[in-house]
Amino acid sequence: MSADLTYRRRRTLPLRVEAVRQLRRRRTWIAFAVLLVLPWVLAAAFKIGGSPSANDANTPGLVTVATAGALNFTAFTLFASAGFLLVVAVALFCGDTVASEAGWASLRYLLAAPVPRTRLLRQKLIVALTYAALAVVSLPAMAMITGIYVFGWARLRVPGGDVALPNGTALTRMLIVVGYIMASELVVAALAFLLSVTTDSPLGAVGGAVGLVILSNIIDAVTALGHWREFLPTHWMFAWTDALQPHLEWTGMLKGTALSASYATVFIALAVRRFRAKDIVS
Amino acid sequence: MRRGRWAAVVGVVAAVAGGITWAASGDAPRVRTFEQRIQVVDGPKNDQHVGLDTTFFAPAGGGRAPAVLLAHGFGGSKDDTRDEAERLARHGYAVLTWSARGFGRSDGEITLDSPDYDVKDVRQLIDWLARRPEVRLDGPGDPRVGLAGQSYGGGITLLSAAYDRRVDAIAPQITWYDLADSLFPDATGKGAALPPDQPALPDQPTPTDLPAPTDLPGGVFKKVWAGVFFTGGASSTACGRFLPSLCAMYQKVAETGRPTPEAIATLRRSSPSSVAGRIHVPTLLVQGQSDSLFPLDQADGNARAVTGAPVKVVWFQGGHDGGDPETARVRDLVTGWFDRYLKGGPASTSGGSAAETSGGFTVTRTGGIDSSTQRVVVTAATAPRYPGLTGTARRTLPLGGQEQTIQNPAGGSPASISTLPGLGALGGVSGFGTGGVQLDMPGQSAAFDTEPLDAPVQLTGSARVRVRVAGGPATLFAKVYDVGPDGQAEPARRLVAPLNVSGTADVTLPPMDHRFDQGHRIRVVFGTTDMGYASPARPASYRVSVDSPLTVPVDPALRTPPVPLPGWVWGLPAIAVAAAVALVATGRGRRRRGGERGDPAVPLEIVGLTKRYKNGHLAVDDLSFRVEPGQVCGLLGPNGAGKTTTLRMLMGLIHPDAGQIRIFGEPVRPGAPVLSRLGSFVEGPGFLPHLSGRDNLELYWKAAGRGEAYLDEALRIAGLGDAIRRPVRTYSQGMRQRLAIAQAMLGLPDLLVLDEPTNGLDPPQIAEMREVLVRYAAEGRTVIISSHLLAEVEQTCTDVVVMHRGTLVAAGPVAEIAGHDGSVLIGTSEVDRAMSVLTGLEGVDGAEPYDPGVLVRLNGSGPSAVVAALVAAGVPVDRVMPHRRLEDAFLTLIGEGS
Repeated sequence: MSADLTYRRRRTLPLRVEAVRQLRRRRTWIAFAVLLVLPWVLAAAFKIGGSPSANDANTPGLVTVATAGALNFTAFTLFASAGFLLVVAVALFCGDTVASEAGWASLRYLLAAPVPRTRLLRQKLIVALTYAALAVVSLPAMAMITGIYVFGWARLRVPGGDVALPNGTALTRMLIVVGYIMASELVVAALAFLLSVTTDSPLGAVGGAVGLVILSNIIDAVTALGHWREFLPTHWMFAWTDALQPHLEWTGMLKGTALSASYATVFIALAVRRFRAKDIVS
Repeated sequence: MRRGRWAAVVGVVAAVAGGITWAASGDAPRVRTFEQRIQVVDGPKNDQHVGLDTTFFAPAGGGRAPAVLLAHGFGGSKDDTRDEAERLARHGYAVLTWSARGFGRSDGEITLDSPDYDVKDVRQLIDWLARRPEVRLDGPGDPRVGLAGQSYGGGITLLSAAYDRRVDAIAPQITWYDLADSLFPDATGKGAALPPDQPALPDQPTPTDLPAPTDLPGGVFKKVWAGVFFTGGASSTACGRFLPSLCAMYQKVAETGRPTPEAIATLRRSSPSSVAGRIHVPTLLVQGQSDSLFPLDQADGNARAVTGAPVKVVWFQGGHDGGDPETARVRDLVTGWFDRYLKGGPASTSGGSAAETSGGFTVTRTGGIDSSTQRVVVTAATAPRYPGLTGTARRTLPLGGQEQTIQNPAGGSPASISTLPGLGALGGVSGFGTGGVQLDMPGQSAAFDTEPLDAPVQLTGSARVRVRVAGGPATLFAKVYDVGPDGQAEPARRLVAPLNVSGTADVTLPPMDHRFDQGHRIRVVFGTTDMGYASPARPASYRVSVDSPLTVPVDPALRTPPVPLPGWVWGLPAIAVAAAVALVATGRGRRRRGGERGDPAVPLEIVGLTKRYKNGHLAVDDLSFRVEPGQVCGLLGPNGAGKTTTLRMLMGLIHPDAGQIRIFGEPVRPGAPVLSRLGSFVEGPGFLPHLSGRDNLELYWKAAGRGEAYLDEALRIAGLGDAIRRPVRTYSQGMRQRLAIAQAMLGLPDLLVLDEPTNGLDPPQIAEMREVLVRYAAEGRTVIISSHLLAEVEQTCTDVVVMHRGTLVAAGPVAEIAGHDGSVLIGTSEVDRAMSVLTGLEGVDGAEPYDPGVLVRLNGSGPSAVVAALVAAGVPVDRVMPHRRLEDAFLTLIGEGS
């Protein structure tokens, strides 16, 4: 009798249990609350400040048509939040997951239960990515509801010739956009997860991931780097705007997905490698 | 270990970098150039001596190479083609660039590529090339030579190929077929500029129901382009360096807006149309889709002018109006063309089968904007043969719209705007940017729409429609719009087809390649004015209607291969996966199989355990001990003795450097299944603060992957009462402590490990805890308690292991080690006398001096006899106490440690 007869490796830390453990956390509720309230705040801002004007040549295309209808409002909400808010949300769910357990000292009891280390990472990563994906979906979903309520339904007007897309096409494009944002946030998620495994401080893991995204954005602004910028993890973060023009362009999104997935694969492998070799002293 | 990890990381980075560096190409070798003036003789009578400014680029690699003559565009000089020349020279061509007569530092006047002047110059340049040792010859005085050039340089390319049989291949770009037709176009096909022997298109009916337009000159004067063309170099003379006779011709034409027969003859003599059928060399025709000066129909004419040789037609995005120059694509096409027809075997100018002589057809199309580059994505569609402007197939779409009345404003002003020459960007990326200038003046245009399209239509060529105009001979401008489902109209291309019409006429609309999406309408607009053209000054009112459906040429043979993605799009994920596999496969935490099994009945066996932390601290040093079933074993040692490190290794949290831990005979490694028989509480509780105590225990148990939990018993041990439903963050230290011990006992593990379990408990709770543990072990289970408190171990444990600085100091039953076996310490000031009394005393095994007295080992008898003997001998006895070797050892250790 080498082990407890009732012990099953594959029954340790079920996804449902991990999901419940994370769901009841205040930070989960706050993150979703911010994402669900933001569209209403934006809509209120447009109501108070008036619709943006197309006269200013510096205004990006998606901004000038933000109040055209629910679809446009959703596109604008994504445009306004993809660069930072969603990054923070994704980094929060993926960066906090292991580090906070280490911080609470509950990690060592899980590992001694024993939840095998690779399995613990796998289960935690799946749950964290699911919450991150829910976050990415919840924002445009609420923006759509807000948009219908505040601005009404109208066809999606896309910058570039100021063309309106048919509803079916527009909804497909929106799905592509949300799907691509998820794919492009993979690199943030994986980086946060790697830091989460590396440090015992949840703040350090989340902040570190967000900080590196900001750093990447700053370097991306150095146009002198030329094509090297294409390999910065955030370079393709807004490639989804290619789906919001009359003629859908896949190139940028394919490049962005390939890069994001590549970084994510390496980061997660590093996380597994580190965590397996790590001495848990927290 | 660390070095291995970094090596792996460096390897990954190197692999990624290696995949990228192909893009950062090094500098190419310098090309040797020779500048010289070449004296030529030209003119109708061969009496004009002109010096041409030329540069010769020697081919890279030496030897005799095919030659390429590069001609420049109007208003330029040989310097414009320097980049292209160097590139071709590096590619293995001998290249000669020259400033045409009338341009740059060459002598002479501008003659519009006249056969009497410019063509003769080129013949002599070819003579010069034939004498160069770097140039490959097809025969004496006949170099292997190709010609390429844009616009003005494209015209000379075609004309030279007609007049000089030594030319082997040509690549004219954005150039004209008929200058007269270009400057006086007429979309009805009966303009004066059209040569009378031009074969009628097969589906073009002959209008018979109309009076001949006697008072209308053929063609509508393209006044702005013509002005830019002729007066762009004006300085001291009206037309700059133009041949004076050409200048006079222009001024006469521009004044009236009507061509004279002489002007048409002169322009046509400078046109490939005059040598149609006499060009027999492989010809690559690159024409711009953004070109209102030489539209696509000019390339169409040139394609027909070449006979008995392959012709490839390319419609790219650029042109005289701007647009994406697609420089790289055009250069590759030109190089490829010359590679095929100059570098190959003997240049074949003889005819072949139709399939062989057809060089194919390429149309570049714009997609959306790639947001990362902010550039429009351009794809190339290709077909095996060029279909002409009428397409390989035609779709007929009814045009709606009643007869409409439109006005020609007096003086022809204000005029509608389609394209402004010189403001190329306007027509550049039509459809992007909402501020494009496209003005149709109110009341001046009639519009006719198709029904919304039930399927996308890709128009490739010139659409055709028959228009009927009542109200006199009219000059109209036909345009094609793309009307979206919501009524927004965009010009399909910023091109117009001007026409002079009276009655009905078949109108050939501007040639273009444009996709009309499903649900869109095609709109044909007839306006009375256009900024770029001369139109009648007399005010008039016309009634315009369409007499036929719209005939739309399509070419289903055109196929768009997918845009090639850079290799890294597929390569990088593959490299990443390989790197990930390598990273995971080589890590230190790889599951290490093996390790000797031990006796499965022994709850814990530790052999030679050693752990040194990364900071160099040796926490555990060759530790060995074992714990038997039913024992309550105390792990005793001062803070920092290595107790906790040992317990963490026992739980599989820390990797030992050496040695082995076996639980029930199984070697312990991280996540070993045998850990499921271990319940642990080490270094304080670990709970999720937002959950209640009960939820914490329940979720922990569900995560543990085991069967039944003894939750109620555990809760009773915790003794938290109603607080069990409050979040853990509200608990006191002691409450958390008890909850943690309860968690450790949840599954009633066979081996229970508790680290400082009584910290934070009050005395009654300590007593109760002690009882719980003793009872727990009494059921045959094993308990290990780590503590730095001697009293706790003594009171609770059956066995003890003493550690200090990572090493084992003592191990054994508490009773044995604690010294209740019959040693007493006698406190006395007179040690020597006491020793003499005690030596040999019955019942005493031995005695030794022991500060502050004597340590006596008794043999069966009680201490009273010894005391009595000492007192009887007059030795002062201050005190008698049991001696505890455990405490002694422990205190000594602490003393050393402090």
